[in-house]
Amino acid sequence: MNDVLVAESVSKHFGNFKALNEVSINVPKGSIFGLLGPNGAGKTTLIRIINQITMPDSGKVLLDGSALKPSDIQNIGYLPEERGLYKSMKVGEQALYLAQLKGLTKKDAKQRLQYWFEKLEIGDWWNKKIQELSKGQAQKIQFVVTVLHKPKLLIFDEPFSGFDPINASLIKDEILQLREEGATVIFSTHRMESVEELCDHIALIHKSNKVLDGKLVDIKRQFKTNTFEVGLQTHNADSVINDIKGRFEVLPATFKSLNDDIKLNVRLKDGTASNDLLRYLTTIAEVHHFVEVIPTANDIFIQTIKNN
Amino acid sequence: MNHLWLIIRREYLTKVRNKSFIIMTFLSPLIMIALIVLVAYLSQMNSNKDRTICILDESGQFSGAFTDTEHTKYRFLDGMDLNAAKMHVQAKEDYGLLYIFASGDSSISYTGSKFYTKESPSLTIVSDLESKIEKRLTELKLVQDGLDIQKIESLRVNVTIGQESFEGQKTSKVESYLKLAFGGAAGYLLFMFIIIYGNMIMRSVIEEKTSRIIEIIISSVRPVQLMMGKIIGTSLAGITQFVIWVVLGFALTLAMSTVFGVDLVQMNTPQSEMIQQGLQQAEAQGELQELMIAFFNLPILNLCVAFLFFFLGGFLLYSSLYAAIGAAVDSETDTQQFMMPIIMPLVLAVYVGAFTVIEDPHGTVSTIFSFLPFTSPVVMLMRIPFGVPIWEQILSFLILVGTFALTVWFAAKIYRVGILMYGKKPSYKELFKWLKY
Repeated sequence: MNDVLVAESVSKHFGNFKALNEVSINVPKGSIFGLLGPNGAGKTTLIRIINQITMPDSGKVLLDGSALKPSDIQNIGYLPEERGLYKSMKVGEQALYLAQLKGLTKKDAKQRLQYWFEKLEIGDWWNKKIQELSKGQAQKIQFVVTVLHKPKLLIFDEPFSGFDPINASLIKDEILQLREEGATVIFSTHRMESVEELCDHIALIHKSNKVLDGKLVDIKRQFKTNTFEVGLQTHNADSVINDIKGRFEVLPATFKSLNDDIKLNVRLKDGTASNDLLRYLTTIAEVHHFVEVIPTANDIFIQTIKNN
Repeated sequence: MNHLWLIIRREYLTKVRNKSFIIMTFLSPLIMIALIVLVAYLSQMNSNKDRTICILDESGQFSGAFTDTEHTKYRFLDGMDLNAAKMHVQAKEDYGLLYIFASGDSSISYTGSKFYTKESPSLTIVSDLESKIEKRLTELKLVQDGLDIQKIESLRVNVTIGQESFEGQKTSKVESYLKLAFGGAAGYLLFMFIIIYGNMIMRSVIEEKTSRIIEIIISSVRPVQLMMGKIIGTSLAGITQFVIWVVLGFALTLAMSTVFGVDLVQMNTPQSEMIQQGLQQAEAQGELQELMIAFFNLPILNLCVAFLFFFLGGFLLYSSLYAAIGAAVDSETDTQQFMMPIIMPLVLAVYVGAFTVIEDPHGTVSTIFSFLPFTSPVVMLMRIPFGVPIWEQILSFLILVGTFALTVWFAAKIYRVGILMYGKKPSYKELFKWLKY
């Protein structure tokens, strides 16, 4: 596998508290990798270890196959969850400073900043101080600074918090665009709908342990329950429902539809094909709605955490 | 290295461009000088007031003892009793009435005196009157015992003991005072510098924490680099401010004293009147010369080099601790409990320096304190003008550097953990735990 980042059995203690316990993850090149977990699970610690802010007690982290070294900061762009900027410094000056710390020359940094400022239509902020900007506006600057040095690995910790829907979707498009250009993205968030939207791989960390990881599609397949949403139209609803209940396991359904008389979730036993169900249904009523229930990231998250 | 340079540059520029920094830099010497000039001017006004002191001398022995000066006139009242004299003085609004009691018999004796004034009189005037009475009485008694005053005056000798060390280095009392002044100034300067700019470093660390930029920065640079860059950048800004203060202060003193005609060197107060009288008798010219010689006798090169090294060493030592405190807390109000251990040795150093070095610059206490790392910069700077062997200076400096390395290591540990800790204020126990993270 062509993994950009590999963490091998990384452990970290803070005093008596075990923040990470033998956590391993593989982040494939070009993927958007969702790093999920409840509050305090150890996500931020892992991210800080990848950024060489904290050193692991044991285990190792490989970037492009070789152990992390100080010069790798140029290959990583990190947008922390706790983020801010120097309040009394001017936007342009500050962006230049942060870009230079990432190893860009002043000239390069200026050019790229101009490109980004134009792209996000924030060119007239250059001489403003951060304290004159709103929180969302300052976040835009932070985003630009994070991606400016074109790192091969981007790490975003709750990137959309503080953005209005318009700017959030703008940033989302930029992230997708960066992926197109070859960057790999690690994405830590609590917002499952953005996981659904963006991530192709996920890892779930709970109480310092990795409890789940893999391709999102594979995980969903793993979590599917062979349940189908069924919407029917018929004149004698009661007898039809009883008929179905006699043959299959039936659960209440909540999907939206226009004018179905009967809404059901039907669970099939292992070995029963969905065609069998459909064939049977067509004989007793008119089928308007027939969809397999795909477990959402939210369901998977909650179910996994509950089971652990 | 490149990163360190960038950080130093940013720290320096933001400090120097900061509005309150600029205002402080240019306004505080202005305010200081204005205050000094104001005080000088006011006290000059105060003492320039002409006053008349009436004297009711019932003993009749003091007629020649009081001679008028520029601002003080003496007037003898004759043929009045005390009550009439009091009325007279009050009516004429004179400064006061000196009433000298009648002597008991015909022989010379002093039975007492009283000074009547509207408000309580100035201390200098009272002691001036006392000394005038004492002088006249002594003279009278000498004459009565048949001694020739002129002869006594001519027999009076003035002794100054020349001092010389066994190695042949000549010193004098004037020189000792000069040394004290130099050492004291250097030590005190360092003390002030540490407090002002140490705090500034601490505040700038706290600012990075509260503005939440810290994690963005340390994903690019190592925390130690950031800390050192901060300390160096802020020190440079501090040095800039200090230099501007000195230059401005000097220029302003010069300008203001010409404009307002206030002669700051020779303020005309009653005190200076007396000092001048004393100086005229002494060989003022000779003393100035002695001062110049004393100045050039100081180990100037040694002083400058040692000042540079101990000043930097001391400042860096303390500022790394200030940085660590800044990293450990969330806001400036939380810093109090951690400030004590820093301020204590500093204050101790200044007091030990001030008291023991004056007493005996090479005594046990001052020697020990000039080696202890947290007091050595201040105390050693105070001792050096008195001649400290080079090996002692080097040893003390090496101890200082060693301790500095230790505190930087310690501070860097605290800093590295502390900058990412938000919320509750840590205890000493927790700080100790951080060292092991």
